[in-house]
Amino acid sequence: MSEARHGTGSTGPTEVSLPATREVLATLRAGDEVVLTGPVYTARDATHERLLAGLSSEGELPHGLGGQTLLYAGPTPPAAGRPSGALGPTTAKRMDRATPALLKAGIVATIGKGPRSAEVRRACAEYGAVYFAAVGGAAALLAMHVTAAETVAYAELGTEALVRLELDRFPAFVAIDARGEDLYLTAALEWRGAADIDGGDA
Amino acid sequence: MVGAEAIGSAVYDAIVRAATTLRPDALAAMRDAEARERSPRGRAILGQLLENARIAADDAVPLCQDTGSVWVLLEVGESECVGGDVPAAVNAAVAAAYADAHLRMSIVRDALVDRTNTKDNTPAFIDIGFRSGTGVTVTVMLKGGGSDNASAVSMLAPGDGEDGVVRFVTETVARTGASACPPLLVGVGVGATFDKVASLAKRALLRPIGAPHPDPRVAALERRIAAEVEALGIGPGGLGGTVTALGVHVVTAPCHIASLPVAVNVGCSAVRSASVEVA
Repeated sequence: MSEARHGTGSTGPTEVSLPATREVLATLRAGDEVVLTGPVYTARDATHERLLAGLSSEGELPHGLGGQTLLYAGPTPPAAGRPSGALGPTTAKRMDRATPALLKAGIVATIGKGPRSAEVRRACAEYGAVYFAAVGGAAALLAMHVTAAETVAYAELGTEALVRLELDRFPAFVAIDARGEDLYLTAALEWRGAADIDGGDA
Repeated sequence: MVGAEAIGSAVYDAIVRAATTLRPDALAAMRDAEARERSPRGRAILGQLLENARIAADDAVPLCQDTGSVWVLLEVGESECVGGDVPAAVNAAVAAAYADAHLRMSIVRDALVDRTNTKDNTPAFIDIGFRSGTGVTVTVMLKGGGSDNASAVSMLAPGDGEDGVVRFVTETVARTGASACPPLLVGVGVGATFDKVASLAKRALLRPIGAPHPDPRVAALERRIAAEVEALGIGPGGLGGTVTALGVHVVTAPCHIASLPVAVNVGCSAVRSASVEVA
């Protein structure tokens, strides 16, 4: 099931069901506030090395990841009755070296935090993929939007294992859209100097 | 005499408190930031971070999934005697606290030749110093990898002066701040030697946010850097806004006539530290 239900009026976030098709992702715009529902796969530094190795040896994405979403995160163990006590995005740029190849192979969306390289922007535009930014440091709140977790592979990596999570209205922003428009490039420019004009010596 | 076990017990308590409870000064600064942020998206993100702090404290879960490397600062009273194997006791406390509080194991055995997770978050990184009086002050900081990666050291020339320091700090935050989970706490060390200046920057993160530097010259420098950082427009979450830092803390020190060492240690929105007095 893949759809994007845009919020009514100017305040509500857009509901996005995962895995999302490229047609649905194409309707999203950099800066849109979204909530994500459906499966994602956690993958961070060491996981990416394994995925690239699998892609190289098998000629396709391992573990049935075609069409799926990667969440750059290494969760804490279960706590407070939740699959993870705290789960939030890690810095996306460390994965930039692997991302164009993974998008080309069929990953359609990634979730992380922070600006990314021009190569990733170009790859998002070329393959119709989207990069979502979640709020770093909001991991106790974000963990409340994770309803299930199942280790798929690389359990020996500990928190860096490939884990399939079920998200339920996980809050995020569209950081790079499928046209390659980048919120990180425009948002800071919009506010650059704004604090200074106000005095800004607080 | 203070035994190693008592120090270990203090380390355990400080880790659990720091991982799950936002520092009171950071919480107050975050509320103030929400009130003065002008970007609607920035205000929404600060709202998420305040709600996050409430959930973490209520449910005793970590504020952030990156529960960090453990830095332990032991300040020993000059009239105190410390007995036992302190590093072993500290590392045992780290392993126990990380298992009991369901924190994340984020340390690998060697940076280059063996990146196997140690699975108990040891070893801790320990500094020992001295202070007046008796007892031992045990301070723990849990340092996230993303914000530590955003940090930098530069050996400026003395002629670069205050302008050079301001430029280096601002350029570092401009280059790396959006990935370091803003609003940030910017720790700045100026002086000492190449190896010590980063430690000064890290210690600057321990000062309560909002407490001005006692030297008015340094306090003025902090205000100047804060204005430059705010003008970057990075904003909460790096997604634009007028609040990029909750505070800028500078620590200065003596140095060689040829040198002007400067370091920036970036603290994230979940800046985590706690201190325990051991008598």
